[in-house]
Amino acid sequence: MVLVFAEASKGQFKKTALEAVTYGYKTAQVVGGDCVVLTLGEVDDAGQLGKYGASKVFNIANAGFAEFDSQLFAAAIGNAAKELRAKVVVLSHTSMGKALLGRLAVRLNAGSVAGAKTVPSVDGNTLMVTKGVFSGKATAEYAISSEIKVISLASNEIPPEETGTPVDVENLNVDLPAPKVKVLEVNLQSGDTAPLPEAELVVSAGRGMKGPENWGIIEDLAASLGATTACSRPVADTGWRPHHEHVGQTGVAIKPNLYFAIGISGAIQHLAGVNQSKVIVVINKDPEAPFFKAADYGVVGDLFDVVPLLTEAVKKFKAA
Amino acid sequence: MKLLVCVSKTPDTTAKISFTDDGSEFNAAGVTYIMNPYDEWYALVRAVELMEKGGGTVTVINVGDASNDQTIRKGLAIGATDAVRVNANPKSALYIAKQIAEHAKDGNYDIIFCGKESIDYNGSEVGAMVAEFLDLPFISFGNKFEIENNTATIEREIEGGFEKCQVATPFVVSSAKGMAAQRIPNMMGIMKAKKKPFVVVEPVEFPDYSTPVSYSLPAKKTGVKLVDPENMDELVRLLNEEAKVI
Repeated sequence: MVLVFAEASKGQFKKTALEAVTYGYKTAQVVGGDCVVLTLGEVDDAGQLGKYGASKVFNIANAGFAEFDSQLFAAAIGNAAKELRAKVVVLSHTSMGKALLGRLAVRLNAGSVAGAKTVPSVDGNTLMVTKGVFSGKATAEYAISSEIKVISLASNEIPPEETGTPVDVENLNVDLPAPKVKVLEVNLQSGDTAPLPEAELVVSAGRGMKGPENWGIIEDLAASLGATTACSRPVADTGWRPHHEHVGQTGVAIKPNLYFAIGISGAIQHLAGVNQSKVIVVINKDPEAPFFKAADYGVVGDLFDVVPLLTEAVKKFKAA
Repeated sequence: MKLLVCVSKTPDTTAKISFTDDGSEFNAAGVTYIMNPYDEWYALVRAVELMEKGGGTVTVINVGDASNDQTIRKGLAIGATDAVRVNANPKSALYIAKQIAEHAKDGNYDIIFCGKESIDYNGSEVGAMVAEFLDLPFISFGNKFEIENNTATIEREIEGGFEKCQVATPFVVSSAKGMAAQRIPNMMGIMKAKKKPFVVVEPVEFPDYSTPVSYSLPAKKTGVKLVDPENMDELVRLLNEEAKVI
């Protein structure tokens, strides 16, 4: 049996949770048994996860789940996995999932793969799973040989698929410790765009912008596409843009469907964080910029001319 | 306070990554190694800052063979008071975490720091594992860290923003950009490092449950398609009709 922890934010399931359920369903088809989903705390309409392949949804009610404490959450998921005799536990490779995966590996005496990109294949008692390594510069196939396996699924790898119908939600009771971490404040950037690790469309700009006051054209392009904005490291380091926008090896690693690199030369550390994007468009006035070698589409031209033209073209396309 | 910082040795951020011909092993030829940036720039430097302000000790711990000694000495040059190397050739995060937990369990550490992830295997797992082995709270991806009277206030990165949380010692924290600023060791630090306590201990036995068995490099891009800078309608058409991404 495969147990999936479906992560919710303010009671709502995120896309990454639907991806995890779809992944759990596909994994259950490979390893045998059902795909069972666990939700924690107050969530809206957990039964809908049946549509993505959950044969059963369990919920553990506890006021403590309103704030994230990895010890509390790992105890809940780990104890549920033991109670339900799960063979594989699936999480999302999100900030929450990353804090939980290692804890669950210890709790369940399990081998783990963090940030899986593929549905496992079975080789006897061993599961084979692929993940990105060397900050996106390569992939590795892992063999997990323990009796119980824990896997976190990288975002934007397995699209959610509707395969079933809503199911009933059952309550589950497990032993839980008292939380020790107190959340004082949650600050989320306003706006409707997806956070960078989950974004499907990303518009990123670098030193070629010449200064923070010129970012309006980048924001306009991003707004026309419904894309999330990002930047290169030098731009974040000089304070032109906030640190959370920094993509690259030491920033956020992303793999959107479409990545625009505008006025970014394409240093190896930057490429490492973005080269798993499905399609890369590079706009740079220097035809020798290394980024063109990693691009699918390129525009050699002055970004201050090209970007507004592109925004107009996108608006025209959207209106058509 | 007694602080422990877990450090890992990784290929340099500019290293060209390649593998043996059969794809079974990382090709280390010609690769320069560094201390994992998250461990060095943020975790270690913040720990050293706390010690400079409030006293105590900073111990660096690494699980690896003797070729890691240079990396560990850099930690001492940056300001750690002593170092421990667990003499092993680790293949999995759980094995590494077990060794660190074995050292830490009787060490009475107030805070165990690690980087948010290593830039080679990118698992982000060791900190959480150490915390679970020791039954301690774990705050991941901390980018601001203050402590007063044994209660830390930490800002942690979450999708699309941050969360400010509070936790009492002892605990484990993983460090992200923002927690501290990189320090370059000076000559005095390098000289002092040579005289600081550095012990090598043998590992406890523990199985490897999850190991990489083969590697591959991403398929090369087939070549960039250049679009006329004055014809952005064409770029939009290609992204829609050919690439099907908008």
